[in-house]
Amino acid sequence: MSRVDTVRKLAARMTTPLLPDDYLNMLNPLWSARELRGKIIQVIPETDDAATLVIQPGWGWAPTYQAGQYVGIGVEVGGKFHWRSYSISSTPTDSPTASGARARYRAGKLTITVKAMPEGFLSEHLVRGLEPGTIVRLALPQGEFVLPDPPPAKILFWTGGSGITPVMSMLRTMDRRGTMTDVVHVHSAPTADAAIFRQERLALAERHPSLTLIENFDDQHGLLDVRRLTEVCPDWRSRQAWVCGPAPMMAAAEEEWGRARLGKQLHLERFSVALTASAEGGHVTFSVSGKEADVDGATTLLEAGEAAGIQMPFGCRMGICHTCIVPLKKGVVKDLRNGAEYTENAGVQTCITAAAGDCSLAI
Amino acid sequence: MAIADVAAFTHLSDQEVEAFGAELDAIRRDIEDARGDTDAAYIRRMIALQRRLMVAGRVTLFASSFPPAWVAGTAMLSAGKILENMEIGHNVMHGQWDWMNDPEIHSGTWEWDNTCPAEQWKHSHNFVHHTFTNVLGRDNDVGYGILRVTSDQKWHPINLGQPVYNALLALFFEWGVALHDLDIEAIRKREKDPVEMKRQLKGIWRKIRRQVTKDYIVFPALSGPNFVTTLTANVTSNLVRNLWSYMIIFCGHFPDGAEKFDESELEDETKAEWYLRQLLGSANFSGSRFLQVMAGSLGYQIEHHLFPDLPSNRYPEIAERVQALCTKFKVPYTVGPLYRQYGQTLRTILRLSLPTRTEAPEPDLPRPKRARPEQLRAHAGTVAPQAAVA
Repeated sequence: MSRVDTVRKLAARMTTPLLPDDYLNMLNPLWSARELRGKIIQVIPETDDAATLVIQPGWGWAPTYQAGQYVGIGVEVGGKFHWRSYSISSTPTDSPTASGARARYRAGKLTITVKAMPEGFLSEHLVRGLEPGTIVRLALPQGEFVLPDPPPAKILFWTGGSGITPVMSMLRTMDRRGTMTDVVHVHSAPTADAAIFRQERLALAERHPSLTLIENFDDQHGLLDVRRLTEVCPDWRSRQAWVCGPAPMMAAAEEEWGRARLGKQLHLERFSVALTASAEGGHVTFSVSGKEADVDGATTLLEAGEAAGIQMPFGCRMGICHTCIVPLKKGVVKDLRNGAEYTENAGVQTCITAAAGDCSLAI
Repeated sequence: MAIADVAAFTHLSDQEVEAFGAELDAIRRDIEDARGDTDAAYIRRMIALQRRLMVAGRVTLFASSFPPAWVAGTAMLSAGKILENMEIGHNVMHGQWDWMNDPEIHSGTWEWDNTCPAEQWKHSHNFVHHTFTNVLGRDNDVGYGILRVTSDQKWHPINLGQPVYNALLALFFEWGVALHDLDIEAIRKREKDPVEMKRQLKGIWRKIRRQVTKDYIVFPALSGPNFVTTLTANVTSNLVRNLWSYMIIFCGHFPDGAEKFDESELEDETKAEWYLRQLLGSANFSGSRFLQVMAGSLGYQIEHHLFPDLPSNRYPEIAERVQALCTKFKVPYTVGPLYRQYGQTLRTILRLSLPTRTEAPEPDLPRPKRARPEQLRAHAGTVAPQAAVA
């Protein structure tokens, strides 16, 4: 056990049932490892509807994420925390001192880049309504859409719109580590002005002869579909590909690579999967017990779990006692009494909620 | 006598009972929709105030051999513990703040400054007591397995000791709460599962060890030469918290007018009838905003039982609507000043230590108070600005 942990454990003898963090964060909101926190340092406008948030993470943050991973960010609006996941656009810290217990108390800054979506009230708030100094909650970085180190010899990045963010982290990482291999980056945006990080990418391409940048501006050149992609990058079959963008674009890529039997070379990031909140019922995964069930919109999650043979916690079965709460990991569930919806990272009362689309519960 | 049918008791038709329930559902929806920034700010302010009181109290007590420091430190510690148990812990564990989606202020994660483990409290209180409120044989809070609080409970010579049991429970209230979920009644009847009992005892032991180490070893030791005076201060603050929370909690369901129910009431009970049972089984007390906050908003016991998971800072406005509803449906709404509610409770406990002449009805106790609007206003108390307590 590190010295930091020993001190914390001793201090907890004084603060029980609370943690030392519960008192320390009254002095500085970032001094708590209980729930990961971050402070918005700066909001940098990138385009008309996208902004980069520079975040100073608090205690407990792991600075050793991989380029391409995403992070959950919880923002308080109307007294309530709302969670969304965004790709990290900064590069991970990779100095040898970055690991271990000490590093968890001194992490470097983190950036995510958010595009305001029509009807996306949270992305809109993040891009236009967030004041520097705001404290947000963070979830540990995760995701399989990552760049290996060292990177493969031949790479294709195909991105559209805000799908650029995880790839930007990869490009910056290769730039900083001096490991830029033979990279072709095809990026689509509606116009040159709407293309996020354009100046930085042009500068990178200038600095690294092995990086080929192909830009497509939809308003000017028309949509760049998978057929045109194979034309602009004829040797795509010999490259490891990372594709991130609108859902139809990724579906087309999956089909094309599948047809060529090159599925293993294709890496997809499905961060923009639409929330199917209006759905009734769905496929429920009970992630801890490894059980699954297809349920309708009138069956409570408690009944669904019990029918699947899981020892679900329960009490009053009428929504008052909060004994049956289980963490919702993915998807949306609906309160059958008033139609209120709960999304990922919420604890839900299973006795009065039903699946609104596919969802996953941690039990 | 215990009520077997709430609708018959209140002379309401089935349709009227359902209409009454629908109105309460509407109140619930309105409050759910209104929850927002100001509510979140309220609980955060309360938590910050409580933590500052704890820090200030502990630090002051490092000088506990100096009598004014002992008094000030003990007062701050007592107030901090009362706030933590009553307005914060009890209400957070009810899920009143779960809507904020903040794991640090959530029923699933909260652990309170009390020897009773949160997990066991949530079972005995949130589930058993709040679901089967005042149903004889189902709600262990009717006398807590050691007191006879209604003539519906059969007299036994052991009840002669009630005045003593009552005093001991008041003094050692947190320890009584710690053991409550074990279900003394079930142990006595040898119906308790030994494996479950062992698991519960382990949890209680772990919690007690942590609490006792903190209050009676770590902080006295940190005071160095003032070990003994800090120890007495900490014992006193736990005692003050015990006496206060005992009194407040005993005013919830034992004053006159808080009805008890027969198990047959539970058969086919609708949500509306459940509401009615909560209303008839609970008693409010009036008092200033400061008193209400220190009481964990339990002066609004009726509103708390109707909506145990709505934020406590909303109870005053809910109470206005519930009272209006009771007037409209001519349903009793029990409220009185704290001294009277506790006086009635104490009198009942003392009187029922002796056998009752007849099994029913209540021994010449006054009839439950019917709420008349002018009376309710008189009891509403003055509402101090919230800043006064935060």
